[in-house]
Amino acid sequence: MPWDRNQMAARAAQELDDGMYVNLGIGIPTLVANYVGDKDITLQSENGMLGMGPFPFEGEEDPDLINAGKQTITELNRTAYFDSATSFGMIRGGKIAAAILGAMEVAENGDLANWMIPGKLVKGMGGAMDLVAGVGRVIVVMDHTNKHGDSKLLKECTLPLTGKGVVDRIITNLGVLDVVAGGLRIVETAEGVTEDDLRAATDATLV
Amino acid sequence: MKKIYPNAAAALDGLLHDGMFIAAGGFGLCGIPELLLDAIKDAGTKDLTFASNNAGVDDFGIGILLQTRQVKRMISSYVGENAEFMRQYLSGELELEFNPQGTLAERMRAGGCGIPGFYTKTGVGTVIADGKEHKDFNGETYIMEEGIFADLSIVKAWKADETGNLIFRKTARNFNPPAAMCGKTCVVEVEEIVPTGSLDPDKIHLPGIYVHRIIQGTHEKRIEQRTTRKREDA
Repeated sequence: MPWDRNQMAARAAQELDDGMYVNLGIGIPTLVANYVGDKDITLQSENGMLGMGPFPFEGEEDPDLINAGKQTITELNRTAYFDSATSFGMIRGGKIAAAILGAMEVAENGDLANWMIPGKLVKGMGGAMDLVAGVGRVIVVMDHTNKHGDSKLLKECTLPLTGKGVVDRIITNLGVLDVVAGGLRIVETAEGVTEDDLRAATDATLV
Repeated sequence: MKKIYPNAAAALDGLLHDGMFIAAGGFGLCGIPELLLDAIKDAGTKDLTFASNNAGVDDFGIGILLQTRQVKRMISSYVGENAEFMRQYLSGELELEFNPQGTLAERMRAGGCGIPGFYTKTGVGTVIADGKEHKDFNGETYIMEEGIFADLSIVKAWKADETGNLIFRKTARNFNPPAAMCGKTCVVEVEEIVPTGSLDPDKIHLPGIYVHRIIQGTHEKRIEQRTTRKREDA
Protein backbone atom coordinates (compact mmCIF):
# COMPACT_ATOMS: atom_id res chain seq x y z
CA MET A 1 0.00 0.00 0.00
CA PRO A 2 1.37 3.45 -0.84
CA TRP A 3 1.71 5.83 2.10
CA ASP A 4 -1.13 8.27 2.75
CA ARG A 5 -0.57 11.95 3.59
CA ASN A 6 -0.07 11.29 7.28
CA GLN A 7 2.31 8.39 6.70
CA MET A 8 4.37 10.57 4.32
CA ALA A 9 4.48 13.29 6.96
CA ALA A 10 5.51 10.75 9.62
CA ARG A 11 8.29 9.48 7.37
CA ALA A 12 9.46 13.05 6.74
CA ALA A 13 9.56 13.68 10.49
CA GLN A 14 12.22 10.95 10.74
CA GLU A 15 14.52 13.27 8.77
CA LEU A 16 14.60 15.73 11.65
CA ASP A 17 17.13 15.52 14.47
CA ASP A 18 17.09 16.93 17.96
CA GLY A 19 18.02 20.60 18.07
CA MET A 20 17.20 21.40 14.44
CA TYR A 21 15.70 24.67 13.23
CA VAL A 22 13.30 23.74 10.42
CA ASN A 23 10.96 25.43 7.94
CA LEU A 24 7.84 23.51 6.90
CA GLY A 25 5.95 24.36 3.71
CA ILE A 26 2.21 24.43 3.15
CA GLY A 27 0.20 21.17 2.72
CA ILE A 28 1.59 17.77 3.74
CA PRO A 29 4.82 19.38 5.12
CA THR A 30 2.70 21.20 7.73
CA LEU A 31 1.56 17.78 9.05
CA VAL A 32 5.19 16.85 9.79
CA ALA A 33 4.95 18.88 13.02
CA ASN A 34 2.46 16.29 14.34
CA TYR A 35 5.06 13.52 14.16
CA VAL A 36 8.27 14.94 15.66
CA GLY A 37 7.52 13.24 19.01
CA ASP A 38 10.01 14.04 21.76
CA LYS A 39 12.57 15.62 19.44
CA ASP A 40 13.43 19.21 20.25
CA ILE A 41 12.60 20.90 16.93
CA THR A 42 12.18 24.64 16.47
CA LEU A 43 9.91 25.61 13.59
CA GLN A 44 10.61 28.76 11.63
CA SER A 45 7.85 30.72 9.95
CA GLU A 46 9.44 32.93 7.31
CA ASN A 47 7.14 35.88 8.00
CA GLY A 48 9.24 36.45 11.11
CA MET A 49 9.09 33.85 13.86
CA LEU A 50 11.12 31.04 15.41
CA GLY A 51 9.31 28.69 17.76
CA MET A 52 5.93 28.36 16.05
CA GLY A 53 3.21 26.82 18.22
CA PRO A 54 -0.06 25.02 17.30
CA PHE A 55 -3.31 26.63 16.15
CA PRO A 56 -4.99 28.71 18.89
CA PHE A 57 -8.07 27.59 20.78
CA GLU A 58 -11.30 29.01 19.40
CA GLY A 59 -11.73 32.59 20.56
CA GLU A 60 -8.00 33.09 21.15
CA GLU A 61 -7.00 33.92 17.57
CA ASP A 62 -4.67 36.92 17.34
CA PRO A 63 -4.59 38.83 14.02
CA ASP A 64 -0.98 39.82 14.81
CA LEU A 65 0.12 36.20 15.05
CA ILE A 66 0.02 34.20 11.82
CA ASN A 67 2.25 31.74 9.96
CA ALA A 68 3.54 32.03 6.40
CA GLY A 69 0.31 30.42 5.17
CA LYS A 70 -1.56 33.33 6.83
CA GLN A 71 -3.16 30.95 9.35
CA THR A 72 -3.62 32.01 12.96
CA ILE A 73 -1.11 30.25 15.23
CA THR A 74 0.30 30.54 18.76
CA GLU A 75 3.68 31.23 20.33
CA LEU A 76 5.77 29.02 22.65
CA ASN A 77 7.97 29.95 25.58
CA ARG A 78 10.99 29.86 23.27
CA THR A 79 9.46 32.05 20.53
CA ALA A 80 11.39 34.91 18.98
CA TYR A 81 9.97 37.45 16.52
CA PHE A 82 11.94 39.42 13.91
CA ASP A 83 11.41 41.27 10.65
CA SER A 84 11.31 39.74 7.15
CA ALA A 85 14.83 40.86 6.23
CA THR A 86 16.25 39.18 9.35
CA SER A 87 14.10 36.12 8.68
CA PHE A 88 15.46 35.63 5.19
CA GLY A 89 18.93 36.52 6.44
CA MET A 90 18.88 33.36 8.55
CA ILE A 91 17.44 31.38 5.63
CA ARG A 92 19.89 32.72 3.03
CA GLY A 93 22.72 32.49 5.56
CA GLY A 94 22.29 28.73 5.95
CA LYS A 95 21.20 28.84 9.59
CA ILE A 96 18.02 26.81 8.97
CA ALA A 97 18.97 23.12 8.98
CA ALA A 98 16.22 21.89 6.68
CA ALA A 99 13.16 22.83 4.69
CA ILE A 100 10.41 20.32 3.96
CA LEU A 101 8.23 21.40 1.07
CA GLY A 102 5.88 20.20 -1.62
CA ALA A 103 6.65 20.12 -5.35
CA MET A 104 5.06 19.83 -8.77
CA GLU A 105 8.20 18.30 -10.36
CA VAL A 106 11.68 17.19 -9.26
CA ALA A 107 14.42 16.34 -11.76
CA GLU A 108 17.12 13.71 -11.33
CA ASN A 109 19.75 16.48 -10.90
CA GLY A 110 17.82 18.00 -7.98
CA ASP A 111 16.08 20.75 -9.94
CA LEU A 112 12.81 21.72 -8.29
CA ALA A 113 9.65 23.22 -9.81
CA ASN A 114 6.85 24.19 -7.44
CA TRP A 115 5.78 27.77 -8.09
CA MET A 116 4.18 28.25 -11.49
CA ILE A 117 2.42 26.57 -14.38
CA PRO A 118 2.66 28.69 -17.55
CA GLY A 119 -0.75 29.70 -18.85
CA LYS A 120 -2.36 29.10 -15.47
CA LEU A 121 -2.93 31.51 -12.62
CA VAL A 122 0.45 32.62 -11.30
CA LYS A 123 0.36 33.46 -7.61
CA GLY A 124 4.05 33.97 -6.98
CA MET A 125 6.96 32.13 -5.46
CA GLY A 126 6.68 33.63 -1.97
CA GLY A 127 9.71 32.49 0.01
CA ALA A 128 10.25 29.18 -1.79
CA MET A 129 13.19 30.30 -3.96
CA ASP A 130 14.99 31.78 -0.95
CA LEU A 131 14.41 28.65 1.13
CA VAL A 132 15.68 26.14 -1.42
CA ALA A 133 18.73 28.28 -2.19
CA GLY A 134 19.62 28.87 1.44
CA VAL A 135 18.74 26.09 3.89
CA GLY A 136 21.04 23.18 4.74
CA ARG A 137 18.90 20.37 3.39
CA VAL A 138 15.88 20.44 1.07
CA ILE A 139 13.42 17.57 1.51
CA VAL A 140 10.50 17.32 -0.91
CA VAL A 141 7.29 15.57 0.12
CA MET A 142 4.88 14.92 -2.74
CA ASP A 143 2.84 12.28 -4.54
CA HIS A 144 4.98 10.18 -6.87
CA THR A 145 2.68 10.81 -9.84
CA ASN A 146 0.27 13.56 -10.85
CA LYS A 147 -3.47 13.16 -11.23
CA HIS A 148 -3.00 11.84 -14.78
CA GLY A 149 -0.67 9.12 -13.48
CA ASP A 150 2.49 10.72 -14.93
CA SER A 151 5.70 10.66 -12.92
CA LYS A 152 6.61 13.84 -11.04
CA LEU A 153 10.22 12.60 -10.80
CA LEU A 154 11.64 13.52 -14.18
CA LYS A 155 14.84 13.51 -16.19
CA GLU A 156 14.35 17.28 -16.59
CA CYS A 157 11.72 19.59 -15.19
CA THR A 158 9.22 20.91 -17.74
CA LEU A 159 7.92 23.73 -15.51
CA PRO A 160 9.78 26.94 -14.58
CA LEU A 161 12.28 26.19 -11.82
CA THR A 162 12.17 27.26 -8.20
CA GLY A 163 15.79 26.25 -7.75
CA LYS A 164 18.51 24.48 -9.71
CA GLY A 165 20.13 21.36 -8.20
CA VAL A 166 18.68 22.11 -4.77
CA VAL A 167 16.78 18.95 -3.71
CA ASP A 168 18.52 16.44 -1.40
CA ARG A 169 15.80 13.89 -0.64
CA ILE A 170 12.31 13.11 -1.98
CA ILE A 171 9.62 11.39 0.06
CA THR A 172 6.65 10.22 -2.03
CA ASN A 173 3.68 7.99 -1.40
CA LEU A 174 5.76 5.13 -2.88
CA GLY A 175 9.04 5.58 -1.03
CA VAL A 176 12.14 7.63 -0.36
CA LEU A 177 14.75 8.66 -2.93
CA ASP A 178 17.99 10.63 -2.74
CA VAL A 179 19.45 12.89 -5.41
CA VAL A 180 22.93 11.48 -6.13
CA ALA A 181 25.48 11.73 -8.94
CA GLY A 182 23.88 10.42 -12.12
CA GLY A 183 20.27 10.34 -10.93
CA LEU A 184 18.02 9.26 -8.09
CA ARG A 185 18.81 6.42 -5.67
CA ILE A 186 16.04 4.46 -3.95
CA VAL A 187 16.50 4.65 -0.18
CA GLU A 188 13.40 2.67 0.79
CA THR A 189 9.95 1.81 -0.44
CA ALA A 190 6.63 2.13 1.35
CA GLU A 191 5.40 -1.10 2.95
CA GLY A 192 3.92 -3.31 0.26
CA VAL A 193 5.45 -1.27 -2.57
CA THR A 194 8.23 -3.05 -4.48
CA GLU A 195 11.25 -1.44 -6.09
CA ASP A 196 9.76 -2.53 -9.42
CA ASP A 197 6.53 -0.66 -8.62
CA LEU A 198 8.55 2.44 -7.81
CA ARG A 199 10.71 2.11 -10.93
CA ALA A 200 7.61 1.73 -13.11
CA ALA A 201 6.22 5.01 -11.72
CA THR A 202 9.48 6.93 -12.14
CA ASP A 203 10.61 8.74 -15.28
CA ALA A 204 13.92 9.94 -13.76
CA THR A 205 17.09 7.85 -14.06
CA LEU A 206 17.44 5.51 -11.07
CA VAL A 207 20.99 4.58 -10.11
CA MET B 1 10.60 67.91 15.74
CA LYS B 2 6.86 67.53 15.54
CA LYS B 3 6.08 64.08 14.07
CA ILE B 4 2.55 63.49 15.29
CA TYR B 5 -0.33 64.23 12.89
CA PRO B 6 -4.07 64.16 13.65
CA ASN B 7 -5.05 61.65 10.97
CA ALA B 8 -3.87 59.73 7.90
CA ALA B 9 -4.90 62.42 5.38
CA ALA B 10 -2.99 65.10 7.30
CA ALA B 11 0.06 62.85 7.63
CA LEU B 12 0.16 62.25 3.85
CA ASP B 13 -0.46 65.91 2.93
CA GLY B 14 2.17 67.12 0.48
CA LEU B 15 3.76 63.68 0.10
CA LEU B 16 1.59 62.17 -2.65
CA HIS B 17 1.98 62.58 -6.41
CA ASP B 18 0.88 60.58 -9.44
CA GLY B 19 3.42 57.99 -10.61
CA MET B 20 5.18 57.74 -7.27
CA PHE B 21 6.89 54.69 -5.76
CA ILE B 22 5.60 53.51 -2.38
CA ALA B 23 7.04 50.78 -0.14
CA ALA B 24 4.40 49.24 2.12
CA GLY B 25 4.82 46.98 5.15
CA GLY B 26 2.69 43.95 6.00
CA PHE B 27 2.45 40.24 5.27
CA GLY B 28 -0.89 39.10 3.92
CA LEU B 29 -3.35 41.23 5.89
CA CYS B 30 -1.15 41.15 9.01
CA GLY B 31 0.49 44.41 10.02
CA ILE B 32 -0.65 46.36 6.95
CA PRO B 33 -0.94 50.17 7.03
CA GLU B 34 -4.70 50.04 6.54
CA LEU B 35 -5.45 53.66 7.55
CA LEU B 36 -2.81 55.11 5.22
CA LEU B 37 -4.01 52.94 2.33
CA ASP B 38 -7.55 54.24 2.91
CA ALA B 39 -6.22 57.82 2.84
CA ILE B 40 -4.33 57.19 -0.42
CA LYS B 41 -7.57 55.87 -1.90
CA ASP B 42 -9.38 59.03 -0.80
CA ALA B 43 -6.58 61.23 -2.19
CA GLY B 44 -7.00 59.55 -5.60
CA THR B 45 -3.27 59.46 -6.37
CA LYS B 46 -2.76 57.48 -9.60
CA ASP B 47 -0.18 55.36 -11.47
CA LEU B 48 1.34 54.12 -8.24
CA THR B 49 4.12 51.57 -8.02
CA PHE B 50 4.01 49.50 -4.84
CA ALA B 51 6.77 47.38 -3.36
CA SER B 52 4.74 45.15 -1.04
CA ASN B 53 4.99 41.44 -0.33
CA ASN B 54 1.30 40.93 -1.11
CA ALA B 55 -1.52 42.85 -2.74
CA GLY B 56 -4.19 42.45 -0.07
CA VAL B 57 -7.59 40.95 -0.83
CA ASP B 58 -10.31 42.49 -3.03
CA ASP B 59 -11.72 44.82 -0.37
CA PHE B 60 -8.84 45.23 2.11
CA GLY B 61 -5.23 46.29 1.97
CA ILE B 62 -3.77 47.31 -1.38
CA GLY B 63 -6.81 45.62 -2.95
CA ILE B 64 -8.87 48.78 -2.33
CA LEU B 65 -6.46 50.76 -4.56
CA LEU B 66 -6.76 48.14 -7.29
CA GLN B 67 -10.53 48.56 -7.30
CA THR B 68 -10.07 52.27 -7.97
CA ARG B 69 -7.36 51.59 -10.63
CA GLN B 70 -4.77 53.66 -8.74
CA VAL B 71 -1.99 51.07 -9.03
CA LYS B 72 0.15 50.77 -12.16
CA ARG B 73 2.79 48.34 -11.00
CA MET B 74 3.37 45.88 -8.15
CA ILE B 75 6.66 44.42 -6.89
CA SER B 76 5.57 41.42 -4.80
CA SER B 77 6.38 37.82 -3.94
CA TYR B 78 2.85 36.42 -3.67
CA VAL B 79 -0.45 37.83 -4.92
CA GLY B 80 -2.67 34.73 -4.87
CA GLU B 81 -5.43 36.02 -2.60
CA ASN B 82 -6.72 38.81 -4.83
CA ALA B 83 -9.11 38.10 -7.71
CA GLU B 84 -9.26 41.71 -8.95
CA PHE B 85 -5.46 41.78 -9.04
CA MET B 86 -5.44 38.70 -11.28
CA ARG B 87 -8.10 40.15 -13.55
CA GLN B 88 -6.16 43.40 -14.05
CA TYR B 89 -2.86 41.56 -14.47
CA LEU B 90 -4.17 39.09 -17.05
CA SER B 91 -5.84 41.91 -19.03
CA GLY B 92 -2.58 43.87 -19.10
CA GLU B 93 -3.86 46.81 -17.01
CA LEU B 94 -1.42 46.09 -14.19
CA GLU B 95 2.33 45.44 -14.34
CA LEU B 96 3.76 42.85 -11.99
CA GLU B 97 7.35 42.14 -10.99
CA PHE B 98 7.73 38.97 -8.92
CA ASN B 99 10.55 39.05 -6.40
CA PRO B 100 11.44 36.11 -4.17
CA GLN B 101 10.25 37.10 -0.70
CA GLY B 102 13.70 37.26 0.89
CA THR B 103 15.07 39.17 -2.07
CA LEU B 104 12.26 41.72 -1.74
CA ALA B 105 12.91 42.14 2.00
CA GLU B 106 16.65 42.52 1.45
CA ARG B 107 16.13 44.94 -1.45
CA MET B 108 14.18 47.17 0.96
CA ARG B 109 16.69 46.78 3.78
CA ALA B 110 19.61 47.43 1.40
CA GLY B 111 17.97 50.57 -0.03
CA GLY B 112 17.47 51.88 3.49
CA CYS B 113 21.13 51.20 4.26
CA GLY B 114 22.45 53.00 1.16
CA ILE B 115 23.37 49.76 -0.62
CA PRO B 116 22.40 49.98 -4.32
CA GLY B 117 22.99 46.29 -5.08
CA PHE B 118 23.88 42.96 -3.50
CA TYR B 119 24.54 39.38 -4.59
CA THR B 120 22.33 36.43 -3.66
CA LYS B 121 22.04 32.75 -4.57
CA THR B 122 18.24 33.01 -4.51
CA GLY B 123 16.82 32.53 -7.99
CA VAL B 124 20.03 31.41 -9.73
CA GLY B 125 19.04 29.15 -12.64
CA THR B 126 15.43 30.39 -12.64
CA VAL B 127 13.53 33.05 -14.61
CA ILE B 128 14.31 35.47 -11.78
CA ALA B 129 17.97 35.46 -12.87
CA ASP B 130 17.20 36.38 -16.50
CA GLY B 131 19.02 39.56 -17.52
CA LYS B 132 20.74 39.97 -14.14
CA GLU B 133 24.49 40.14 -13.53
CA HIS B 134 25.96 36.77 -12.48
CA LYS B 135 29.13 36.58 -10.41
CA ASP B 136 31.00 33.69 -8.82
CA PHE B 137 32.23 33.83 -5.23
CA ASN B 138 34.18 30.86 -3.80
CA GLY B 139 33.00 28.63 -6.65
CA GLU B 140 29.29 29.43 -6.28
CA THR B 141 27.19 31.54 -8.62
CA TYR B 142 25.21 34.52 -7.36
CA ILE B 143 23.00 37.12 -9.06
CA MET B 144 22.92 40.83 -8.38
CA GLU B 145 19.74 42.36 -7.02
CA GLU B 146 19.19 46.09 -6.58
CA GLY B 147 18.29 48.01 -3.45
CA ILE B 148 14.86 49.64 -3.38
CA PHE B 149 14.73 53.42 -2.95
CA ALA B 150 11.09 54.44 -2.59
CA ASP B 151 9.56 57.93 -2.57
CA LEU B 152 7.40 57.04 0.43
CA SER B 153 7.19 54.31 3.06
CA ILE B 154 3.86 53.48 4.69
CA VAL B 155 4.02 51.10 7.64
CA LYS B 156 2.07 49.88 10.66
CA ALA B 157 3.55 49.48 14.13
CA TRP B 158 2.06 48.69 17.52
CA LYS B 159 3.43 51.59 19.58
CA ALA B 160 5.41 54.72 18.90
CA ASP B 161 6.77 57.32 21.24
CA GLU B 162 6.55 60.99 20.24
CA THR B 163 10.00 60.85 18.60
CA GLY B 164 8.97 57.93 16.36
CA ASN B 165 10.75 55.07 18.13
CA LEU B 166 8.70 52.01 17.19
CA ILE B 167 7.69 48.71 18.71
CA PHE B 168 5.95 46.07 16.64
CA ARG B 169 3.81 43.21 17.91
CA LYS B 170 4.42 39.49 17.16
CA THR B 171 4.41 38.58 13.45
CA ALA B 172 2.89 41.95 12.52
CA ARG B 173 6.50 43.21 12.37
CA ASN B 174 7.24 41.31 9.09
CA PHE B 175 8.06 43.73 6.22
CA ASN B 176 7.39 46.88 8.23
CA PRO B 177 10.97 47.68 9.38
CA PRO B 178 12.63 47.14 5.99
CA ALA B 179 9.79 48.98 4.21
CA ALA B 180 10.12 51.88 6.68
CA MET B 181 13.85 52.13 6.02
CA CYS B 182 13.80 52.34 2.21
CA GLY B 183 11.61 55.42 1.66
CA LYS B 184 12.65 59.07 1.42
CA THR B 185 9.81 59.82 3.82
CA CYS B 186 8.24 57.32 6.18
CA VAL B 187 4.71 57.63 7.58
CA VAL B 188 3.72 55.24 10.36
CA GLU B 189 0.32 54.35 11.76
CA VAL B 190 0.23 52.89 15.27
CA GLU B 191 -2.32 51.64 17.75
CA GLU B 192 -0.91 53.81 20.51
CA ILE B 193 1.38 56.83 20.79
CA VAL B 194 3.02 56.82 24.21
CA PRO B 195 4.94 59.66 25.91
CA THR B 196 8.62 59.93 25.07
CA GLY B 197 10.58 58.19 27.79
CA SER B 198 8.01 55.50 28.49
CA LEU B 199 9.47 52.89 26.11
CA ASP B 200 12.48 50.85 27.25
CA PRO B 201 15.35 52.03 25.00
CA ASP B 202 16.66 48.46 24.88
CA LYS B 203 13.36 47.23 23.40
CA ILE B 204 12.97 49.64 20.47
CA HIS B 205 12.56 47.62 17.23
CA LEU B 206 13.03 50.55 14.84
CA PRO B 207 14.63 53.82 15.95
CA GLY B 208 12.76 57.04 15.26
CA ILE B 209 15.41 58.27 12.82
CA TYR B 210 13.54 56.29 10.14
CA VAL B 211 10.15 57.75 11.05
CA HIS B 212 8.97 61.18 9.87
CA ARG B 213 5.25 61.27 10.52
CA ILE B 214 3.06 59.31 12.96
CA ILE B 215 -0.66 58.83 13.35
CA GLN B 216 -2.63 56.90 15.94
CA GLY B 217 -5.81 55.14 14.94
CA THR B 218 -8.17 52.21 15.29
CA HIS B 219 -7.35 49.18 13.16
CA GLU B 220 -9.69 46.53 11.80
CA LYS B 221 -6.84 43.95 11.73
CA ARG B 222 -8.72 41.46 9.57
CA ILE B 223 -7.77 37.76 9.83
CA GLU B 224 -7.19 36.08 6.47
CA GLN B 225 -7.30 32.41 7.55
CA ARG B 226 -8.86 31.74 10.93
CA THR B 227 -7.49 28.36 12.05
CA THR B 228 -8.17 26.96 15.51
CA ARG B 229 -8.06 23.74 17.51
CA LYS B 230 -10.81 22.44 19.75
CA ARG B 231 -10.26 22.54 23.51
CA GLU B 232 -10.82 18.77 23.80
CA ASP B 233 -7.85 18.22 21.45
CA ALA B 234 -5.50 19.60 24.11
